[in-house]
Amino acid sequence: MTRVGVVTFPGSLDDRDAQRAIRLAGGEPVALWHGDHDLQGVDAVVLPGGFSYGDYLRCGAIASHSPIMREVVDAANAGTPVLGICNGFQMLTEAHLLPGGLIRNDHGSFVCRDQKLRVENASTAWTNAYAEGEVITIPLKNGEGGFIADDETLARLEGEGLVAFRYVDVNPNGSRNDIAGLTNERGNVVGLMPHPEHAVEAGFGPDTEVRMRSGVDGLGMFRSALESLLARA
Amino acid sequence: MPKIVVQVMPKQELLDPQGKAVAGALARLGKGHLEDVRVGKRFEITTQREVTAELMEEVAAVADELLANGVIEDVISIDVLSDEATEGEAAEAAEAAADEQAA
Repeated sequence: MTRVGVVTFPGSLDDRDAQRAIRLAGGEPVALWHGDHDLQGVDAVVLPGGFSYGDYLRCGAIASHSPIMREVVDAANAGTPVLGICNGFQMLTEAHLLPGGLIRNDHGSFVCRDQKLRVENASTAWTNAYAEGEVITIPLKNGEGGFIADDETLARLEGEGLVAFRYVDVNPNGSRNDIAGLTNERGNVVGLMPHPEHAVEAGFGPDTEVRMRSGVDGLGMFRSALESLLARA
Repeated sequence: MPKIVVQVMPKQELLDPQGKAVAGALARLGKGHLEDVRVGKRFEITTQREVTAELMEEVAAVADELLANGVIEDVISIDVLSDEATEGEAAEAAEAAADEQAA
C-alpha cells in the first residue's frame, strides 16, 4: 500500500485529520516527527496545518528549519510528492520550495468558511483526480493566508501555469490574483491555504446543495497523489 | 557582553495589515494625524564572542536566512550596541522605572 507521511511539528493541529484523509483515500498514513532525520521510506509527504512554534517569528519559519525539513526538501527535489496545507504551505514558502510568501489577511481578522476554489492546474501530483477548471468547496481557516509575491514572480506563476488553485466568488484574505495554492514546475510540490483534509467524509465536510456536511471535495487531492504514485510504479 | 541589534521591516511596497490596524486604532484615539504606521521587528542578540567583521557577516547571513524572509521583509539595519551603550540603556530603564514608582 502507498505510504504517505504526515509530519507533526510542535503546534500542528491537523496532522491526525491528514492521516485520516490519507486512509479514506486508500493510502497508509505514517506519522513522522519534526525532530527526526527520517522519512521512514514514505512515498509522499504531507505538511499539515496548525500553528507550528506558535507562529513565532513568521508562520512556518521555525518549522522550515526543523531537522526533518532537510529530508523533506531533498525528497521534494528528487520528485517525491509533497503537499503543504495552510501552515504547511507557509513552511513550503519559507523553505523556498514554493515562491512568494503569506502575510496577515488584509482585513486583519481570522477567517473560517467553506471556500470555493477553482482547480487551475489539474496535472500535478496532488490535483490530477480533478478536472481542469473544476470548482471544489473545502474549508478555509487562517489568519495569515494573504498570498503575496512581486510582480515579476506573479507574472511567472501565471505564465507557467503554476497557480494550482484560485479562490472563487470571494477572495477571503487579500491574496494577490486570488491565489489559493501553488505548484512547483515539476508538479510534485503543492501548497494551499484551504484544508482538503476537512472535506473527505460525508457527515463531516462542508454543506452541499444535496445535504448538510456532505462535501468530500478534498478527497481528490489525496487520491491524486496515490494515483500518480501508482502510475509511476 | 556585546549585543547585536537586527531590525527587520515589512517591504515598503507590500501591504502591512498589522500597521494598518495600529493606524486604525490611532485614528479612533483621535490621533489621526499619526498615520501610515508600519510594524517591524527588532532582534537583540547577545554573544560571548568578540565582534569581528567575520562575526558581523555571519549575523548578516543569519538575518537573511532566518530572521527575515526576503520575499516579504527587508533587513534594514544591523548594529552593535557597545557595553557602555547597553549599560546606559539599563541605567535609563532603571531610572524610568524609579520615576514611574515615584509617580
